[in-house]
Amino acid sequence: MTSAAPDAPGVPDASGAPGTTARTREGRDARPARTLRAGPLAVALTTALVLALTAAVSFGSLDIPPGEVWSVVARHLTGRAPEPGTRDLIVWQLRVPRALLAATVGAGLGLVGTAVQALVRNPLADPYLLGISSGASLGAVATIVLGTSLGLDLAFGSALGLTVSLAAFAGALGAFSLVWLTARRGGGFSPLRLVLAGIAIAQFLGGITSYLVLQTRDEQQTRGVLFWLMGSLGGAVWAQLAVPAVAVALGLALLQARARGLNAMLMGDETAAGLGVDVTRLRREVFVVTSVLTGVLVAVSGAIGFVGLMVPHVCRLLVGGDHRRLLPLSALTGALLLVVVDTVARTALDGQELPIGVVTAVLGAPTLLYLLDRRLERT
Amino acid sequence: MRIAVEELSVTLAGRTVVAGVHLVAEEGEVAGLVGPNGSGKSSLLRTVYRHLRPSAGRVLLAGRDLAGLRPAQSARHIAALPQERGGDFELSVREVVAMGRTPYKRAFAADDAEDHRIAADALARVGMADAAGRRFAQLSGGERQRVLLARALAQQPDVLVLDEPTNHLDVRHQVELLALLREQRRTTLVALHDLNAAASVCDRLHVLHRGALVASGAPREVLTPDLLAEVFGVRAAVVEHPLTGDPLIAFDHRTPASAPLRVGVGPGVGAGAGAGAEGGGGGALGAGAGAGPARQNAS
Repeated sequence: MTSAAPDAPGVPDASGAPGTTARTREGRDARPARTLRAGPLAVALTTALVLALTAAVSFGSLDIPPGEVWSVVARHLTGRAPEPGTRDLIVWQLRVPRALLAATVGAGLGLVGTAVQALVRNPLADPYLLGISSGASLGAVATIVLGTSLGLDLAFGSALGLTVSLAAFAGALGAFSLVWLTARRGGGFSPLRLVLAGIAIAQFLGGITSYLVLQTRDEQQTRGVLFWLMGSLGGAVWAQLAVPAVAVALGLALLQARARGLNAMLMGDETAAGLGVDVTRLRREVFVVTSVLTGVLVAVSGAIGFVGLMVPHVCRLLVGGDHRRLLPLSALTGALLLVVVDTVARTALDGQELPIGVVTAVLGAPTLLYLLDRRLERT
Repeated sequence: MRIAVEELSVTLAGRTVVAGVHLVAEEGEVAGLVGPNGSGKSSLLRTVYRHLRPSAGRVLLAGRDLAGLRPAQSARHIAALPQERGGDFELSVREVVAMGRTPYKRAFAADDAEDHRIAADALARVGMADAAGRRFAQLSGGERQRVLLARALAQQPDVLVLDEPTNHLDVRHQVELLALLREQRRTTLVALHDLNAAASVCDRLHVLHRGALVASGAPREVLTPDLLAEVFGVRAAVVEHPLTGDPLIAFDHRTPASAPLRVGVGPGVGAGAGAGAEGGGGGALGAGAGAGPARQNAS
């Protein structure tokens, strides 16, 4: 009746893969937890992010030197009249918004990934585990299929483009409500209930999406659909930035205020209760914050995989498991990662852009394996 | 601080797992909860550290109903050591112990020098000061329990609540942990499986059976062959420990108490030929809250 029942049979156990080795050798190794100091690391990451943003705007089919990039940016920020020309247009209207969107979405995914892993106490969770993205995908794909069959234009900033974003967000909220109602039953919001509800709803909505994808006929439809299923930052415009930026900032503040509670929850619900944390309420709040944030992110960029899974792990290896450090550093690292990855996705092939999900997976998976492998050696 | 459980009932998914239990742990007293698996020990403790809400009755902390206190408020007085191991999330020993300060901190507040001192002190008191920088997940079972006890001590509690703290520990570590517990001289409520350990470390024992309290008192009064047969379904002799003088329970590991057991059939209840029931302590069950154990079927 009591006992440490595994959190989530069906998904790998929290203390699963990496912990196994640690346990068989427990006690014999006095290795101190080798972590970096959070302050200097944050400075280093911020510097790297600025450099990466500069590079992202600089590189492309037409390379623009960093000096010119910054002078264009400075001219716009100080309100001086822009120098007319394509180069100004490319920098200010195309590449800067895209780079900033990459940073914002990356920050959000890193943040949500960290919070969701604590929420369900499972380091293999990612932002899409709770079914939110499948709702967004369904909303978007349904609108694309319906819209294009009515002969509407699908470019970003167009009426249909905006509608698709809104439909994606509506889909995310719909999925969120379904997961909420399912997980709530039986006095729930236990990690297990959340995960099971998320998986079930994701499967259900994913089935409908697949059916709709089969109905796509022309090439434009297929491309639009792929955008949502693989994620993309293409076609970013300034008008798209405000909502996700505010959402990420707000999400960070709300989660950071609950960092101690998240720490306590890592040890278990009973431990957290004993530390004076109202676990049910905390879990409900974190679920709402992460779901809404995920919904916003997916609405502007589709479901970009792997970032939300990998970033929390990288950050934990760097600074340890304390969420007071982990949350802001996950946001920074996520931003840096996605700016770099998007730049690679844009420039790796001549004249063709790779789907960003392909790059996150191809670069991300080996990185994660390398880091985990190194950790296993240390333990 | 004194902790009192009054007419406490707990209902989980429609099933009553604790029924009208009344017990008290006096200031500075180590009160032990014993009983077979599923007897309601953990559920009772969970209401004290507020993981579960009582369906009836209440828990009083120095006379104040816990239900009227904010969770963080009561966590400054009551610290718990539940039976969970936690996931592996790269937490260091220092970070785990520092969690004990959670009930004292507001959102966004950083740990100050005082918090660091309290955490370091707690870690030193369980003899783990050298391990502060190690990864929690890498510790051995015994080390882990000591660190978790340090976390509870960092809460600076008046009352310690422990659920089977010696589970999975070897004998040496069991002895060390229980000695550490007694040294604290705090009001302690501890559930223990090991009856001999309970007999030697607890000032008072409360025996739970099927959610009801069936006996309370000093270990010597409570742990009788009759009660062991009735409640635990085992044949055992209770003798004096040659070293400590505590009651020592010598189990008969070859024959279970013959089933079915019945309540109130007089001396030598259900203990087969009665060979193991030395001198029958008599009437232990009568001391309970009347709810007495119902018929116990084999298996």
